[in-house]
Amino acid sequence: MINAVGTPQSLLLLGGTSEIGLAVAENYARQAPLTVVLAARPSERLDAAAEKLRGLGATVRTIPFDAKDIDSHPGVVEQAFADGDIDVAVIAFGLLGDPEQAWQDHATGVELAQVNYTAPVSLGIALAERLREQGHGSIVALSSVAGERVRRSNFVYGSTKAGFDGFYLGLGEALRPDGIHVTVVRPGFVHTKMTEGLKAAPMATTPDKVAEIVVDAVRRRRDLVWAPGQWRAVMSVLRHIPRPIFRKLPI
Amino acid sequence: MEAVSNAGPEFETRALTGWGRTAPSVARVAHPTTEDQVIAAVAQATERGVIARGLGRSYGDPAQNAGGMVVDMNGLDRIHSIDADTGLAVIDAGVNLDQLMRAALPFGLWVPVLPGTRQVTIGGAIGSDIHGKNHHTAGSFGNHVRSMDLLTADGRVRTITPDGPESELFWATVGGMGLTGIILRATVALKHIESAYFVVDTDRTSTLDETLSLFADGSDENYDYSMAWFDSISTGDKLGRAVFSRGSLATVDQLPKKLRAHPLKFDAPQLLTLPNVFPNGLANKLTFRALGEAWYRKAPKQARGQIQNLTAFYHPLDLFGEWNRAYGPNGFLQYQFIIPFEADADLRRIVRRIAESGHVSFLNVLKRMGEGNAAPLSFPRPGWTITVDFPITPGLPAFCAELDELVLGVGGRLYLAKESRTAPETFHRMYPRLDEWRKVRHSVDPGGLFISDQARRLEL
Repeated sequence: MINAVGTPQSLLLLGGTSEIGLAVAENYARQAPLTVVLAARPSERLDAAAEKLRGLGATVRTIPFDAKDIDSHPGVVEQAFADGDIDVAVIAFGLLGDPEQAWQDHATGVELAQVNYTAPVSLGIALAERLREQGHGSIVALSSVAGERVRRSNFVYGSTKAGFDGFYLGLGEALRPDGIHVTVVRPGFVHTKMTEGLKAAPMATTPDKVAEIVVDAVRRRRDLVWAPGQWRAVMSVLRHIPRPIFRKLPI
Repeated sequence: MEAVSNAGPEFETRALTGWGRTAPSVARVAHPTTEDQVIAAVAQATERGVIARGLGRSYGDPAQNAGGMVVDMNGLDRIHSIDADTGLAVIDAGVNLDQLMRAALPFGLWVPVLPGTRQVTIGGAIGSDIHGKNHHTAGSFGNHVRSMDLLTADGRVRTITPDGPESELFWATVGGMGLTGIILRATVALKHIESAYFVVDTDRTSTLDETLSLFADGSDENYDYSMAWFDSISTGDKLGRAVFSRGSLATVDQLPKKLRAHPLKFDAPQLLTLPNVFPNGLANKLTFRALGEAWYRKAPKQARGQIQNLTAFYHPLDLFGEWNRAYGPNGFLQYQFIIPFEADADLRRIVRRIAESGHVSFLNVLKRMGEGNAAPLSFPRPGWTITVDFPITPGLPAFCAELDELVLGVGGRLYLAKESRTAPETFHRMYPRLDEWRKVRHSVDPGGLFISDQARRLEL
């Protein structure tokens, strides 16, 4: 159960090796006793992540999860809830991909769409069903500022995040009467393995900083947050720039 | 023939919170009006179980059951009998203390234990084993219950008494937070009185040392009712300064002439009901410091033998309906703990720590508690109890966890009716008789039919 000060007792990380997701888990584990379910493809990185969380006193279970294997998702969610309620579920997986390859290579583009949009929808539906049954809980959906206004420079990724963002905002509205809360988080550039080697964008942040924003948003039951918060103002300007001008911006 | 008795209870699905307005969860809420309807509702419970709810004055989540059923007991509100001679009242569990008090007063009878609000049902009063300002002389609510009818998981209604064959179940139900079953009806022993007024002495102290020595000098024993509001915001010498308000129920002889004609008269004025418009953050250091200063200054330095009614002496917050709204939508929590008398050095340390923490509390109550009772989960025991209210702010989880350690370190504990956030293991260590209680609960409810958010959270 999430307590009066907004601290959960159990956490499901879909994308169990996501650096932002793990930073959220570590933040909670430092606050209070925590049970974590890490759902990811088995790997050394997954084992290392589990060990690190155990080192912080958390009880950790790992379950195999492949975002592309859509049919397996209801079973994955079933397994995640097998030992009891899940207070917070974080959708933390995604692909960035090469932006030019993504719109020119069929397989690459479809993979991006499946992992970043189809799979989150599939899991969102399965999670919603379980959370409605348990009558409480939060979903944290890690979206991106890239989805708020899709840019030419990475429009396949941006379009998947736009769809993702819209789905989870809508899911939050749909689940409102059931007491289930959905927080959509829109980070900007975050220094992670996914962005390794890329030139850092302005207002770049770290997984730990994003985690702090997530933890605060869950505590206050916020529907939508940016990381860092300044992105909100930036995006609200960018969103309204006419296309002919937007096209010429170096972004 | 009553047409309604054959109909099932009404249901609705809705989100519930406690008085602190934190951690909502959704449940199917049943609104029975008869005992049969309670039984019928419980029979429909799913694997997410069921819990009874009264007026929702617990601060945290003990009257919530996410995904399961919650039985709203307010529809069972009949006072079956009040015996003026024996003082015994037979009442439904959904009767509240205000209703009982008003019904009993004309007979010269008084509810023996009143907490800080009368908006508490009998079922809630027993389930939380509530206490009042007279704990040092009267004990807690469970001490005054002579019998109760308890609906258990097997669908049976058992009549249990404090020293009968099922006394273990009786005492597991007292303070048991509704987790042994649903209390349907109780027999409570009321107290014979001459008037509904108090003879009150007020004392104002200017330092924490003065406060504690006034409690410790034995003068407390001269009063049936005693508590102190203390300053937890000011630092330096002013920290812990207090307004003592101590008294006993007046006899007719003690009343001024104009009150003697109607000594049992009771008016409960309400100035206003707070609208739900307060933002977060209004409850801050600045406003609380000003309020606290005013509260302290309005009390006389010393007054003897003043005649006060219940609202003035006991329930000043009743002047403001829905006062929890003043904390804004983020809500607040109440932190109440008790520590043994020996730990008075630690008490000072804790009060100082609260003042330094930056977390501000206006409603600060300090009280000396008397002997506890036989209930394994009952909160009171001999010692100091302190109650503080904190608005929910970012640093609060860590600060409360720090307080938990200080309290636990000196053999103290938290009160389940107020608790809303501690770690399961911390709570288990605070109540060494928890396993004894679990055994009784398991024997009447092996499948865990009766369950609340709090029970899940604390792994009771």
